[in-house]
Amino acid sequence: MNKVAIIGVGQSKFVRQYPGSIRELVFDGFKEAVADAGITAGDIGASVVCSAPEYDKQRSPAGVLAEYLGLNPQPTFYVESLCSSSSTGLRLAYALVTSGLHSVVAVLGFQKMSEISSSESQERMGRGADIQWESPFGTMMPAYYAMYARAHMETYGTSPDDLALIRVKAATYGQLNDRAVYRKPVTFDMFGDPNNRMSGPVASPLRVGDCCANADGSSCIIVANEEKTKAFGRKPVWILGTGAATASVNLAGRDLFTGLSAAREAARQAYDMADVTPEDVDVAEVHDCFTIAELMAYEDLGFAEPGKGRELIRSKATYKEGRIPVNVDGGLLSKGHPIGATGGSQIRTIVLQLRGEAGDIQVKDPAVGLVHNIGGVGLYGNVTILGRDS
Amino acid sequence: MSTVKEVDDRFKRFGTVSFTGISKINDFIDHLDDGRVTGTRCTDCGRAFFPPRADCCQCRTSRMQWFDIAGRGRLVTYSRLAFAPVGFQDDVPYCIALLDYGDYKVFGRIAADLPEEDLKIGMEMVTTVNTLPNGQLNYVFKKER
Repeated sequence: MNKVAIIGVGQSKFVRQYPGSIRELVFDGFKEAVADAGITAGDIGASVVCSAPEYDKQRSPAGVLAEYLGLNPQPTFYVESLCSSSSTGLRLAYALVTSGLHSVVAVLGFQKMSEISSSESQERMGRGADIQWESPFGTMMPAYYAMYARAHMETYGTSPDDLALIRVKAATYGQLNDRAVYRKPVTFDMFGDPNNRMSGPVASPLRVGDCCANADGSSCIIVANEEKTKAFGRKPVWILGTGAATASVNLAGRDLFTGLSAAREAARQAYDMADVTPEDVDVAEVHDCFTIAELMAYEDLGFAEPGKGRELIRSKATYKEGRIPVNVDGGLLSKGHPIGATGGSQIRTIVLQLRGEAGDIQVKDPAVGLVHNIGGVGLYGNVTILGRDS
Repeated sequence: MSTVKEVDDRFKRFGTVSFTGISKINDFIDHLDDGRVTGTRCTDCGRAFFPPRADCCQCRTSRMQWFDIAGRGRLVTYSRLAFAPVGFQDDVPYCIALLDYGDYKVFGRIAADLPEEDLKIGMEMVTTVNTLPNGQLNYVFKKER
């Protein structure tokens, strides 16, 4: 099969409230990625636009954005898989390139969540679950992940303290990331202090500190076939494997509550396609919308045996200097989670790591990187494995 | 003769706030009125569905039969919400939970008078119809009597 490289990456700053329109927001990430690739808009054969549309007033943003970015008359279309939209977009871009239909494709992820209030946003996010059978009970994303946390704690003895350690790690690196929305330190003691906001209840057993922040942001990933990659002369990062899977939207249709079956299946596919094992992964970005989600990702990706995820965070194995560095850009917890932009931002971090251009958060000499990006509460699972030129 | 068609939107009565009005399984609401929580079973393959469905994805047929959610389920997991989405603020705090009945699972709420401290994963509970303060219908999980 034709090889596909990532030749350009970009993202906007992730902020509480972007002072501009969605076109201007998307322009920020696009501009950086095009410059990074060393190409022009005319080199891009098609674009894939990725976001969750319920936050936008604009209908069919893809066409509007293509015009603003100077991508007429090239084709564009919209994809959506909740919080994993831009991983889905990347998978489609991979298919567009390997099919020979296009040689260079831009994957544009964005979300401007600040258009609506936080409670409205929670309600919309909650509607990413089963609106007929679950939402009428008053569900929201933290509560679903809290149910997984409760089951994990009951089954394996994971504790709220273990989850707090994941947030402390995220904040350690969020402080180093000038694109992150949350750049303040978070200490373990904050979780034990009833007067500290971090310890406040959200959905038991999850606390404020266990939850990521909403943000406005955009990301852009430009992929190309081998021929174009060589012609542009950029340092390529290759897509070695792409896995994608689904699971029942209603928790009643599931059997696993200590991990996400869609993540496990997507990981299996991606490892098979890339012909690598979890031990081969040198650096990873996982979907830590909540602390428990990162802990489950350790296990779903095979970095730890089921039930042993807490040992990775307790031993700091997922810190930058550890055996398997995870989310050393601050993760969703500190970087922020602008739904449609998140997967592209994760990809960007891994691409920079594999090129040795990650600056303060650079992991030592990584050759294989992994991105785990989840839509909804494990409704969509996406795992992408990237590798540098050997 | 009236030209206005009757719209069967019984399902809008489900839950504190319903996001669905029209569904082929609207008899579910009548069953709640009768004090029954019901699922559907495929008459071809026998597979039980909860939530109830009009169609069997295994057989790709729509020959379904109602059955009652009866007996005891085991508490799989739960969470107590300190915040709520728009429309649910008056209900806070409340617990959402999942019960396992073996052939199927049921997602719902814990009865309002049952404190979180009394919940234990694995405990046996029953599912019962509940009328909400705003007149809407749902079902809740209670301790077995």
